[in-house]
Amino acid sequence: MEFFIQQLINGITLGGVYALIALGYTMVYGIIQLINFAHGEFFAAGGYMGVILISFLAAQGLNPYACLGLALVLSMGYCALLAMAVERLAYKPLRNASRLAALLSALGVSIFLQNGLMLTQGVYDKPYPTEITSGGFEWGLVSVSYMQIFIVALTALLLIALNILVFKTRIGKAMRATSQDKVMAALVGINSNRVIATTFAIGAALAAAAGIMVGLYYGSVNYSMGFVPGIKAFAAAVLGGIGNITGALIGGLIIGMVEIFAAGYISGEYKDVFAFIILIGVLYFRPTGIMGENVDDTRV
Amino acid sequence: MACGVGLIWFLILLWPLLGIQPEGLEFGKTFKVFGYIAVAAVFIMFFYQIQEAGHLDAVGDPIKSAQGKFKQAYGNMPRWALLGIVLVAAVIFPLVTDRYAHDVSISVLIYICLGLGLNIVVGLAGLLDLGYIAFYGVGAYTYALMSLHFGMSFWVCLPVAGMTAAIAGSIVGYPTLRMRGDYLAIVTLGFGEIVRLIFNNWMGLTNGPNGILGIPRPDIFGFQLKQLWMLYYVILVIAVFTILSVYRLNFSRIGRAWEAIREDETAAELMGVNTFMLKLLAYAMGATFAGFAGAFFAARMRFVGPESFTFLESAMVLAMVVLGGMGSIPGVILGVLALVALPEVFREFELYRMLVFGGVMTLMMLIRPAGIWPAARVGRRSEEED
Repeated sequence: MEFFIQQLINGITLGGVYALIALGYTMVYGIIQLINFAHGEFFAAGGYMGVILISFLAAQGLNPYACLGLALVLSMGYCALLAMAVERLAYKPLRNASRLAALLSALGVSIFLQNGLMLTQGVYDKPYPTEITSGGFEWGLVSVSYMQIFIVALTALLLIALNILVFKTRIGKAMRATSQDKVMAALVGINSNRVIATTFAIGAALAAAAGIMVGLYYGSVNYSMGFVPGIKAFAAAVLGGIGNITGALIGGLIIGMVEIFAAGYISGEYKDVFAFIILIGVLYFRPTGIMGENVDDTRV
Repeated sequence: MACGVGLIWFLILLWPLLGIQPEGLEFGKTFKVFGYIAVAAVFIMFFYQIQEAGHLDAVGDPIKSAQGKFKQAYGNMPRWALLGIVLVAAVIFPLVTDRYAHDVSISVLIYICLGLGLNIVVGLAGLLDLGYIAFYGVGAYTYALMSLHFGMSFWVCLPVAGMTAAIAGSIVGYPTLRMRGDYLAIVTLGFGEIVRLIFNNWMGLTNGPNGILGIPRPDIFGFQLKQLWMLYYVILVIAVFTILSVYRLNFSRIGRAWEAIREDETAAELMGVNTFMLKLLAYAMGATFAGFAGAFFAARMRFVGPESFTFLESAMVLAMVVLGGMGSIPGVILGVLALVALPEVFREFELYRMLVFGGVMTLMMLIRPAGIWPAARVGRRSEEED
């Protein structure tokens, strides 16, 4: 039983991270129907930017918590700008081209960014300063680290912020309108280019936060870290119903749980396979996902 | 010029990520990388701008007229003569070159098989397959295991490897083909990863990450093909077979049906094309050629391990097809030459290979989506409307 509860806690932590990455996929797909392959690279870039900034700020003698907070905000901003630049360069000119062209362009950006990271930051794992959030609670055999609490709390905070942004602000309304009907949205005066750029920026910022969390959680970042979590998060987005924000959250949690439980009870070596099997199964049996694809109010 | 602004923005943004190390500021090595990227980007940008403005017409027009004259002069020559010259050149090539050239040309020919196989799936049938290298792996492991455990000869294993790869292709294809185009891409990617994980983890069968060592060389009537140039002829035969088959397929009823599916699936189905079976056939055929190439690869390296079949390999083959021109046989061959032979020439830029591949893929989509040598029959791809 303790083992089960422990796995549940680990699953929620990991699921939260996947949910944050999945949101970027789902929002971008909802608005321009493109699988943004480079999204995993924004996640990796966020992780690297986080370790760079934390080390740099700590060297300036800042309080560790302030370091972490500042690094989080700055890397989220950085990845948002990077995503906007990528969108501007590689996706915008292809807006009216075929889907295959846009998909290949996205794949090219992904390979480019991943190898750029490898060339400049090295092929080896970069250690994260984990002392900031070390320690935790223990109840018998179940332990919850501060790190896990931090991750879950931050995920919840970001999700609430995102909800407010999408449902309570002007730009959020514009995003929902554009995702429902691009032409009509443009006719009522919504600048769709700006909306698309904003969507990319928000998605990448969330991915950057997830990158830092993963860095803190596993204690290191790697140039290729964006690839597998990227596919898993995409699986989460599809599972929840692509284009659906609530769906991405639920899908992320399910994928995280499945991975942790499969690793704990079935086989650690094949833990990555289960997410792919879920992806294939969902696409085959219920392509609109659990929550459905066209729930108009929650679709971005 | 708006694109230029975006580019400058992108470069400025890459700067902190490229120039700063967590250990402190360290500009030496990373500055170099950034420098190369910036120079290449600015050069391409500049070239593109003056080409757009028409300043290159002074250079371009004479080239075009020369091309016309060339075509006039050689257009009368029968096609088989041109192909014959190429074939004779390919046959005498190893006699006049050294071991290193044999090595490079063997990998060029392997990638030609792979590229043409993927060309069936992506170029002709218009299905984006991102897990293609898995079939190459299936072929390689098939030969490795059959020759080691049952002592079967390379020539017996070759068709078997093609068949197992085709079966694997059908297994992947069957559940995925009902999906929408872009879902298909991510699912094939997932399948490719599953296959690699199986290679990596099934210790009993594949010896896991250590791979399989000591795979026998191909032989002819008991005579072992020990020299590299002998292997060159083996892969040359396989590649010529692949080119001929893909050519015949391309201009057959099946090839036309594939192209119809690529252009407009609904219309093709209405015209009586059995889209599901033909898409499955495209997967199986593409996988078959990858299986042949894989069996040869195992025999040539005498070793197979899971790390030869990663996603980056799939992406590399895809980059070749895209660069050369989807659906065009000479285009794919050109793409392979450009992406395998050129990096050998610029050896000091070895590390930048994948970076360039990624960049080239995006750039081709932006500037010339049909590739260097576009296919003769290609229309505007139908947009999938939701």
